[in-house]
Amino acid sequence: MNQTSSRRDSSFDRFLLGARACFPVAISIGAYGLVWGVLARGAGLTLLEVSLMSGLVFAGSAQFVALDLWTSVPSALPVGPLILAALIVNLRYLLLSATLRPLYPAKGGMGRGILSMYFVTDENWAMTVAAMARGEGSVAFLVGGGVLAWIAWMGTNLIGYGLGSTIDDPSRWGLDFAFTATFLALLLGMWKGRGDLLPWLVAALAAILTSRLVEGSWHILGGGMAGSLVGAIMEGRRHVRQS
Amino acid sequence: MYASPEAVLAILGMAIVTLAIKACGLLLADRLPREGFAAAWLRHIPGAVLAALVAPALVTGSLAEIIAAAATAGVFLLSRSLFAAMATGVATVYLIRLLIAG
Repeated sequence: MNQTSSRRDSSFDRFLLGARACFPVAISIGAYGLVWGVLARGAGLTLLEVSLMSGLVFAGSAQFVALDLWTSVPSALPVGPLILAALIVNLRYLLLSATLRPLYPAKGGMGRGILSMYFVTDENWAMTVAAMARGEGSVAFLVGGGVLAWIAWMGTNLIGYGLGSTIDDPSRWGLDFAFTATFLALLLGMWKGRGDLLPWLVAALAAILTSRLVEGSWHILGGGMAGSLVGAIMEGRRHVRQS
Repeated sequence: MYASPEAVLAILGMAIVTLAIKACGLLLADRLPREGFAAAWLRHIPGAVLAALVAPALVTGSLAEIIAAAATAGVFLLSRSLFAAMATGVATVYLIRLLIAG
């Protein structure tokens, strides 16, 4: 599909394109959604609390951390630590959402942009930046993938909550590897030349080191920052040499 | 259908900080210059973040994950199909774990 024909597509077509692109990862989101639903029941959340959290927070890793902190006695619920944990676990989204800036008009109109950020997850972000590299990225594409992820997450959370403990571990079916496999393939698709090698290596090493030192999702932020800064510095040097 | 006020407060707080962080990234990028170092930095984030997502999972993985990663990469480079690559990876991990366990 060339640039002009993709421009002529309606927003709804791009929405569907985004949803279709996220279909493979929606399966593994669903597998983890079942597990989260089961654990949420065990942690003592009510059905309404489960619906509210999955519907409004809509952030898998933050929600898993929240279950560790949850107590079924309302007066003992650590409200501050729960909010702080969500903030820390989701810090990586600063980097992810920053890269989506080119999807929005160059001047003004960021109000709707902020609302569409609600639909950003690791999975549809990755699909969208890959689509952007092909000239097919759009807000509708991002939201299409996000809505599919939301349905998969919310739906399976409720099913898991209803079923209780009869759910299998996703790793039994290899579904835990679906995320790694998808992100690896997307990474390979982003290869533009030897200039990418050093930033990616730095990102990988920084992430490995960070994951050894601290738990949680810090390795995404640490590796992402280190690798992208090295990439930018290298590009700056190249320009200096050329001029 | 019941939710304790404390739970509602915690959930609303979690939802607000999550959306605020995502919005901050976008607004921050909006203020950065469109060329030069900042633009180059933004361009390099996707690859770096993906590498950071994948690398720890591979080094802490067992032989099954490493073979599956190689199969995923091979299928993707040959077919350029994301779905085929992911399906190969999942199937490889599943089969190797089955063989090792069984």
